[in-house]
Amino acid sequence: MEITFYISAAVAILSTMMVITRFNIIHALLYLVVSFLSLATVFFIIGAPFAAALEIIIYAGAIVVLIIFVIMMLNLKGDAIDQEREWLTPQVWVGPAILSFILFAELVYVLGSGNAGASGLPNQLVDSRAVGKSLYGPYILGVELSGMLLMAGIVGAYHLGRQKKKVIHRFLEQKQE
Amino acid sequence: MTEPINPWFIIGGVLAGLLTVAPGLIWFERRLLALWQDRYGPNRAGPFGVLVVLADTIKLFFKEDWIPPFADKAVFVIAPAIVAITVLMSFVIVPFAPGVIVVDLNIGILFFLAMSSMGAYSIILGGWASNNKYALLGAMRGAAQLISYEVFMGLSLMGVVLLSGSFSLQDIVNSQKGMWYVVPQFIGFVTFLIAGIAETHRLPFDIPEAESELIAGFHSEYSSMKFGLFFVGEYLGITLISALVVCLFFGGWLGPDFLPPLVWFILKTFVFIGLFILLRASMPRPRYDQLMEFGWKIILPITLLNLVVTAVILLVQSGAVMNIKF
Repeated sequence: MEITFYISAAVAILSTMMVITRFNIIHALLYLVVSFLSLATVFFIIGAPFAAALEIIIYAGAIVVLIIFVIMMLNLKGDAIDQEREWLTPQVWVGPAILSFILFAELVYVLGSGNAGASGLPNQLVDSRAVGKSLYGPYILGVELSGMLLMAGIVGAYHLGRQKKKVIHRFLEQKQE
Repeated sequence: MTEPINPWFIIGGVLAGLLTVAPGLIWFERRLLALWQDRYGPNRAGPFGVLVVLADTIKLFFKEDWIPPFADKAVFVIAPAIVAITVLMSFVIVPFAPGVIVVDLNIGILFFLAMSSMGAYSIILGGWASNNKYALLGAMRGAAQLISYEVFMGLSLMGVVLLSGSFSLQDIVNSQKGMWYVVPQFIGFVTFLIAGIAETHRLPFDIPEAESELIAGFHSEYSSMKFGLFFVGEYLGITLISALVVCLFFGGWLGPDFLPPLVWFILKTFVFIGLFILLRASMPRPRYDQLMEFGWKIILPITLLNLVVTAVILLVQSGAVMNIKF
């Protein structure tokens, strides 16, 4: 099974790189979906099917669809692609490359020095029951806080999207003026 | 229980069965619609006009497979494949009879929800890649509709999951031996059926297509077998939702002994396919904002209430309420 892990991990890295380098934003988002799918496969292989399913449902299925929805409304075509091409110059790569290299060096050092990652793939399966028990047991505070955050988001969205009540019929509208 | 059947036979059988049923449903639907509209429908080619399906398929294959020059070619080609693949993948978790299941995942229903949410991409990408305003309008409507109704679909299933204590469809069917879940989860059944119709964007919820206002919406630029894939995907979707309704609420393969389990399953599934077609024959299409309001203002509260009430009843029955310390 380890080979499947390496394949899906490689797909994840490759597709994430494609996300960054595509000029057409919808293509980039499609690669992002592929990246999420391969991450879900990785979750599945290391024994967390529940997390894998949620990864696909929430990230690939809902969030990226919403992003694409917004981008479709913006109608970004030729001009936007040219603009992206101008923005993605070699100079832009320097800063992130240095920072990522530091992280990469650290990762290699940790992997090489200690016992991390020495045991290969774990055998135990984290099923939905275990996830639920730990969410509503030791992590209950986190669940409640994120619930409050989501509620605040909903209230805010409602406030922003609220409209004054309008008279629908055009004849009535003219009379009021 | 007999010894397990070779999985490759099951996979082959399921694929062959589904890919025959999906075009066959086109004939079935046309005949039933004709019956309800007091006319004959296709009755010339072959017995009862069954061969009209063959003629349709040959026509689709030999049409010009045209990709518009203004379309985004790669995405345009991928989009129809996505719908067929995701729906076929969802059938992986459907138990057709005891032991006849491609793979009994312990996250069964979640896998179906994941695949159905991926299916939304075919509409969005198809409409966007066509580079046509009607297609784009259809795609935007489709995206909003599918995203909203996915929420209710997931929530309406959770009552069944609570009662059976498992996401696996095989366990869910087995736990319905005493009583089908349609009785305690009637609200869940109704909301799941409505959400399922919206997910397959069938009439009355076919607003992404809406041929009278959007000239077929997201697939107006598609021709030949690319259109055929959207078409087959829609009928596969109907079969999938019907099969899931049967598994989740109507006891799957369970039934009196005079018929084998597989036959019971197929019979029940076809009853619901018939219901889908009857809905198409009898319901008017709602307006777009009516559809969204109906979803968020009526179905969402109902499904949430159903979930909470089911959870409370289960909690009281298990006696855990007595142990809660305040």
